[in-house]
Amino acid sequence: MSTTTAPTGGSKAAAATADYLDQRTGIGTAVKEFARKIFPDHWSFLLGEIALYSFITLLLSGVFLTMFFVPSMTEVHYEGPWPSANGVEMSEAYASTLRLSFEVTGGLLMRQIHHWAALIFMAAIVTHMMRVFFTGAFRKPRELNWVVGFVLMILGLAAGFTGYSLPDDVLSGNGLRITDGVVRSIPILGSYLSYFIFGGEFPGHDVIPRLFTMHILVVPGLILALVALHLFFVVLHKHTQYPGSGRTNANVVGYPLFPIYVAKAGGYFFVVFGVIALMGATMSINPVWNYGPYDPSPVSAGAQPDWYMLFLEGSLRLMPGQTEYVLFGPDGYTLSLNVLIPAVVVPGVLFSLLALYPFIEAFATGDKREHHVLDRPRNRPFRTAFGVSVLMAFFILVLAGSNDLIATHFDLSINDITWVFRFLFFLAPWAAFVITKRICLGLQRKDRELVLHGHETGQIVRFASGEYIEVHKPLDPHERWLRVQHDAIRPIEIEPAEDSRGVRRKGYGLDRMRQRLSQAFYEDRVEPVTPAELEASHSHGEHDALGSDQEKAPAQLISEGAPTGGGTRLRPQDETGPDTRNR
Amino acid sequence: MKALAARRHDRRAPVVLLLLALLLTGALYAVLAPTSADAAPAAATADEVETGEKLFQANCATCHGPEATGREGVPSLVGVGAAAVDFQVGTGRMPLQMNGPQAPAKPAQFDEEQIAALAAYVASLGAGPSVPTAEQVDGSLGDPANGMALFRTNCAMCHNAVGAGGALSEGKWAPNLWETTPTHVYEAMVTGPQSMPVFNEATLTSEEKRDIIAFLDLQGQGAPGGLSLGSLGPVSEGLWAWVVGMGLLIGAAVWIGARSS
Amino acid sequence: MSMTHGHGHDGQDAPEQNGTAGSDVALREGEDAPEKFPNPGFGPHRPRRADVDPRADKRAERQVVALFALSVLGTIGFIVAYFAVPPGDTIASMRTSNLALGLGLAFALLGIGLAAVHWAKSLMNDHEKAEDRHAQRSTDQTRAEAVQVLRDGVQDSGIGRRGVLKGALVSSLALFPLTIALPLIGEVGEDWNVSKFKRTLWAKNKKLTIDPSGRPIKAADVTIGSVVHVIPEGLDESEAPLDEKAKAVVLLVRMDPRDIKSEQGEGWSYDGIVAFSKICTHVGCPVALYEQQTHHLLCPCHQSTFDVADSAKVVFGPAKRPLPQLPITVDDEGYLVAQSDFHEPIGPSFWERLR
Repeated sequence: MSTTTAPTGGSKAAAATADYLDQRTGIGTAVKEFARKIFPDHWSFLLGEIALYSFITLLLSGVFLTMFFVPSMTEVHYEGPWPSANGVEMSEAYASTLRLSFEVTGGLLMRQIHHWAALIFMAAIVTHMMRVFFTGAFRKPRELNWVVGFVLMILGLAAGFTGYSLPDDVLSGNGLRITDGVVRSIPILGSYLSYFIFGGEFPGHDVIPRLFTMHILVVPGLILALVALHLFFVVLHKHTQYPGSGRTNANVVGYPLFPIYVAKAGGYFFVVFGVIALMGATMSINPVWNYGPYDPSPVSAGAQPDWYMLFLEGSLRLMPGQTEYVLFGPDGYTLSLNVLIPAVVVPGVLFSLLALYPFIEAFATGDKREHHVLDRPRNRPFRTAFGVSVLMAFFILVLAGSNDLIATHFDLSINDITWVFRFLFFLAPWAAFVITKRICLGLQRKDRELVLHGHETGQIVRFASGEYIEVHKPLDPHERWLRVQHDAIRPIEIEPAEDSRGVRRKGYGLDRMRQRLSQAFYEDRVEPVTPAELEASHSHGEHDALGSDQEKAPAQLISEGAPTGGGTRLRPQDETGPDTRNR
Repeated sequence: MKALAARRHDRRAPVVLLLLALLLTGALYAVLAPTSADAAPAAATADEVETGEKLFQANCATCHGPEATGREGVPSLVGVGAAAVDFQVGTGRMPLQMNGPQAPAKPAQFDEEQIAALAAYVASLGAGPSVPTAEQVDGSLGDPANGMALFRTNCAMCHNAVGAGGALSEGKWAPNLWETTPTHVYEAMVTGPQSMPVFNEATLTSEEKRDIIAFLDLQGQGAPGGLSLGSLGPVSEGLWAWVVGMGLLIGAAVWIGARSS
Repeated sequence: MSMTHGHGHDGQDAPEQNGTAGSDVALREGEDAPEKFPNPGFGPHRPRRADVDPRADKRAERQVVALFALSVLGTIGFIVAYFAVPPGDTIASMRTSNLALGLGLAFALLGIGLAAVHWAKSLMNDHEKAEDRHAQRSTDQTRAEAVQVLRDGVQDSGIGRRGVLKGALVSSLALFPLTIALPLIGEVGEDWNVSKFKRTLWAKNKKLTIDPSGRPIKAADVTIGSVVHVIPEGLDESEAPLDEKAKAVVLLVRMDPRDIKSEQGEGWSYDGIVAFSKICTHVGCPVALYEQQTHHLLCPCHQSTFDVADSAKVVFGPAKRPLPQLPITVDDEGYLVAQSDFHEPIGPSFWERLR
C-alpha cells in the first residue's frame, strides 16, 4: 500500500543497486522471467525440498565439522574428558571425533545434526522418488530428469557410505571390512580393487584420508552440480500438476514464486533445518565412543549399517552359502556367488529397474506425447502395483538386515526369521503386486460408480407404485472431472506377422514382445466414464439410481481372461478378434 | 624436620618412600581384607550347608538328582562352585520354570540367606569358583578404559558394544547387562552360564574383570547426545529418523500445502 | 500431424508437436478414442477468514510476528547457552549443553520457518494463477538453423576434408588422460602384491597370546568351556600391526576332547584346545559369538554359523567354507604355540584364492 511518490532513502539505494547490476548483467530480464513463475501447490511437491534442504543442512554442519576433524590414521593416545577412552591408542580420526564431540562447544550438536540430516536426506530422496514414480511424473519430457534424480540417489548413498566410515570406529570399520569382502568376491579384479581402495592390504593407512576426499569434495561436488541440473530441468519443464478443474496439459496453475514460494519454500528450509536441529538436540546418534576405535578383532552385536544400506546387509544375510564355486578344477578360480548375487546382482537389478522404468513404460505404452498432468496412482494399476512390489522387496531386505533385533525384541529365532524371509523375498512382492493391482482396479470402479450414480444421500423415497429408492445426488462437474479426466491406455496393437501376400515382415518379433509387455501393463483396466455412458445411466436410472451392473454401459470391465476379446469390450468385435490382434 | 628436609634429596629417598608405600598398602590391605572376606562363602558354616542341602533336595534334586550329579541334558553341579549357584538362583534363572532355548532371568525365588545356603551346599560338593568379594566387583576401583578394550574384544559381540544385549542362534540371546548386579556379572564370567563361555583367571584376571564392571557402570549415566534410543545402533536410529524426522517434516509439508481456512 | 494410434486424444489440447506423434514400431491404427468430458474450468475461489474478517487478518499478523519473535528468543537462548552451559567433563553436563544449544538453534530456525509459511498461507494473495506451457521441442525452423550452424562450423574447420588431422586430434585426446591415470593406478594400490592375502604372521613356534594384553597362554590355564581371543606374539613389533592383526586374529576354544567330532588336520588341536581363524569366510567380519554348549560360532554380521567341534563347518548362513584351523601345540614351558601358518588363505574368498 505504500505507493508514495517521494522515494525513501532505502528504496533509492535499492533502485541504484538494481540499476548497477542490470547495466552489468541484464538481470532485469531474469527477474521479469522468473520472479512470478508459477508453481503448483501440493504437499507432496515438498518431498524433494526436504532432500534439498537437508542437503544444505549437511553442507553447513559438514563445513563446521571439517574445521575440527583430522582425517588421519596415525595412531595417537587419547587424553580427554571421555573416561572409557583415556590413554587408549586410536587413530587421529577417531580421537578428533571425540574431541570435536566433547570439547568443542556445539560440536556434538553439529555432529548429530549432520548424521540425522544424512538419514533424513536419504529418506526424503526415497519418498520423493516414490511420489514421482507413483504419479507418473517421470514421463516425457522428464525422463532425463528422472535419471538425474536416480544418479543423485546413488550419490547420496555414496556420500552416506563415505561419511559413515570417517570416524574410524569399530562399527564402521567392520562395514569397511564387509566392503572389502564384497569387493574381493568380484571375479578376476577383486583383489586388485581391494588394493585400489585401501592402498594395499585392509585396513592400511590410506582409506580414511581417501574417503574424506570423496566425502567432502568429490561426492558433494557432483551432488551440487546434479542438483543444479535437476532444478534447471524443473524450471525448464515447469512443474507437473495434479489433475483438477482448470488444470490442463497446456497450463500450469498455482502461485507465483515471488512472494508465495519465497515464503513457503524459504520457510520450509528453516522448518527442515529446525526439525533436524531438534533431533540433534534430543536424540543421540552414532555414538562412536560406545564402539571404540577401529581394531580388526572386535565386533559388536547389532553390527549394521545406516538404514539406506540395510537392504544390502539383509540381502547378504538371506543368501544361502552353498553357491560358492571353484571353477576349472580343484585348484582353480573361486567364484563367490554367495556374495556376488546378494551384494552386486540383487541391488543391480533393483536399481536398473528403477533407473530404466520410464523408458520401459514408454516402450510399453507407445506414447510420444508430453505429460504435465500427473496420474492418480489408481488409474495406472500396473505401475502402482509394480512400484509397491519393488518397495516390498526392498522392505523385506531391510527387515532381514535387522533380523537380530527382531529376534531379541519378539523372542524369535534368527534362523527361523531368516528362513521366513528367504521365502517372503519372492512371495511378498508378488502378493503385493496382485493385491495392489486389485485395490487400484477396485478404486477405479468406485470412481465409475460415483460418477454414474452420484453420492448416496441417505434419503429414501417411495414411489406411488410402492417401489422404494434411495435418492442419489449427482456429482458437480468439478468433482466429476477428477474421476473422468484420465486417458484409459489400451494395449498397443501391431501389424500382423505376415502381410497380405504371406511374407513375414521384419521386426515382427520385437513388436510382438512390445505388445506382450503392453498387454501386461494395460490389459486389465477400468475405463473412465464417457459422457454417453453417463447419459445412458441417467435415462435408465431415472427410477433406479442405485443401478445394477447389468444395466451399465457394457464397457467398464475388460479382463485378460477374455479369450476372444469379446464380451464386455468397448471395441467392436471385429477389431479385437484373435486374428487381427495377432495373439 | 630439618633433617628430614635435607634427606629428601638423598638418592636413597625413593627407595625408602617405596618401602613406606608398600608397608602402607600392606597395612591397609590387612585392615580392609577381612571386612570384605565377610561376604565370602569361606564363612560357610556346617549349619548353612545343612539348610542348603534341604533346600536343594526340595527344589533342585528333581532335575539335578539327589547327588547333584545331573543326568542327560541336565548339568552336574559337582565342582561348579558357589558362584554358579549365586548367579543362577540369584538372577532367578534357576529353578527353571519351563523348557526353552535358554533360561530367562526372572525375580529370584529365594532370599539371600537361602541362596547363600544353597551355594554353600553346592560348594561343599566339590571345589569351584566362589562368590566374589565386594572389592573384586567394586567398579570405582577399576579402569573403565581398559574395561572397554576388554569388553569389546570378549563381550561386545554377543552383549552389544555397551551391553544392551543381542541375538544368538536358534532363539537364544545374550541378555542386557545394565540391570545386572556387578556380582552377577563377575560370576557369569567365571562360571560361563548356558551359552556363555568361561573367562577364568588366566583369560581375564580379577582386576580385568573389575575393569569391565567399571566400564559397565558408566553405561548407567545415559548418552551425552540425548536419548540413547536403546543403544541398539543404526537400525533404531533409522527407525527414529523415519518416524520422528520424516513424520514431522511430512506433517509440516501437509500443513504448508493445505489451504488456510 | 496428430496422434496416429488411439488412446484418446488429450481433452485439454496437449501441446502436440510436429513429428513427435506416431510411433517407432509398426503399430496398427487403433479405433477412435472414446469421447471425453470437457474440462469444467476453474472452480470458485473460496475466501479465507483473513480475507473477509479484518480481525482474523490482524490476528494472523500478530501470530506471524510472535513466531519471528520466538526465533529471536531462540537465537538469544543459543548465545546464552554457549557461554553459560559449556559441555564440561561429565556425561550429564555434555547432555545439558547439547540440549540447550540444540533447543536454542531449533527455536531460532523453526520460528523463522513457521512465521514465513504462516504469513504466506494466511496473509498473502491466494488467488491461483495459470501460466501457459510450451512444447520442449524446438520448431522445425530452429532445428534447421541449428543444423546449418553446425554444418558451417564443420565447414570452417575443414575437419571433414582432413582425415589425418581428425585422427591426430582423436588420438591425442584419447591418450592424454593416461598421464593422470598411469601414475594414479600405478601408485594407488601400494605394491599391488595381492599374494599377501595368503600369508599371516603365524609361524612355527609362534606363541599364542591374549588379545589385547599380549599375555602368552599356558595350555593348563585354559578351562573347558573357555574362549580366548588370540593374537600372535610380537604383533605390535610387526611392520603394519593392524594389517597383520586383520589376518592373524584367532579364536581359541577348549572343549571336552570327546566332543571334538573332526578337525581339519591330524594333531592340529591340543587336548581339546582348538584354534580357528576369527575372520569369516563369507565377507570377513570377525566371527566371535561362541556358544559353549552347542560349540557353535556365530557371526554377528550375516549370521553364518560354524560348528567348532566339527572342523568349523558351516551349519547355517551365507558362508560356504569352514573357518581355517590354526595347527597348535605346546612348547617346553607349556605355552600354546602355532605349528605353522594357516594351511589356506584366511577370510573371504577371492578369485585367485587357490592359485
